[in-house]
Amino acid sequence: MATLHTVNKSPFEKNSLASCLSHLQSGYAVLLFEDGVYGALRGTTIATRVEDAVKSGRVYVLGEDFKARGLDEGKMIEGINVVDYAGFVDLATECDRVQSWL
Amino acid sequence: MSEIKKFMYVNRKAPYGTVYALESLEVVLIGAAFDQDVSLAFLDDGVFQIMKGQDTQGVGMKNFSPTYSALGDYDVTKLYVERESLEERGLTLDDLLPLKYEDEDDDWAEKDSIKLVSREELAGLMEDQDVLLNF
Amino acid sequence: MTLEVNGKTFETDEEGYLADLNDWEPGVAEAMAQAEDVELTSDHWEIINFLREYYEEYQIAPAVRVLTKAVGKKLGKDKGNSKYLYELFPYGPGKQACKYAGLPKPTGCV
Repeated sequence: MATLHTVNKSPFEKNSLASCLSHLQSGYAVLLFEDGVYGALRGTTIATRVEDAVKSGRVYVLGEDFKARGLDEGKMIEGINVVDYAGFVDLATECDRVQSWL
Repeated sequence: MSEIKKFMYVNRKAPYGTVYALESLEVVLIGAAFDQDVSLAFLDDGVFQIMKGQDTQGVGMKNFSPTYSALGDYDVTKLYVERESLEERGLTLDDLLPLKYEDEDDDWAEKDSIKLVSREELAGLMEDQDVLLNF
Repeated sequence: MTLEVNGKTFETDEEGYLADLNDWEPGVAEAMAQAEDVELTSDHWEIINFLREYYEEYQIAPAVRVLTKAVGKKLGKDKGNSKYLYELFPYGPGKQACKYAGLPKPTGCV
């Protein structure tokens, strides 16, 4: 049933994250990586929508990409989980399918 | 040498996800050899380029953010950051690198290179340029 | 290309710049200088070490103009001029000193 949605584009440059969030079905997991990690920042123009996604499902961020961009967990929306590359792989295998929002 | 022109490098992309930010920085460093009136603008996702605390060890890419601190040595001392772009991203000036330069005409006093400007002001600054280079 | 120093092999690019600056050791500079008939003095080392520190801090090899100014500030006006630097490194402080220091060719240097 469950789908892993991955987003690797900045939410301020493309609507990939917005569109992804509009298509979530129960049991979802969302993983933000590469420039997609900016979607995990607090207090942004899209933060409320991400917070809603955190309330009714699982949202992850790839820690390596988050750190590379000078972000830290103090700036991250509460309830988002940090995973590493191995965790990314685990999520992909544990879900029934992966949808990559480009 | 021809007369001095006003060049603005317009940076609108986040670092690492695409190569634009690094390319822009390299062109700025090369272009600094030609005595022109150079400024950099950081707007939209471009403001992420000069975030503090970047650590790329985990992703295996070169962290080029320390190089922005060398811009002062290259006489590139006007870095305009758009306030609205920071606000839309939940950021403040404190989240950015403390970029400085030494003012040759003021007994080498250390001054801030970053100038926070409004969208309106930045539009006006762009209008004032001879050449706009977008990255 | 490769460079042999004390039985160790170092990767270089086609112009002789070290492929990985983390591999650098003083022997690399000695070997490169020897190949160009240059005997490294403490004055040479002062500039080589300065360049390595500059790279460590800013992640770039500075342009000659920038190097000259920065050397002047740190080591004094009598060293921060192109005459002094070109006497030490006749092929150019960018081409020669950066190479000995294990840095890439300065950005914009052709």
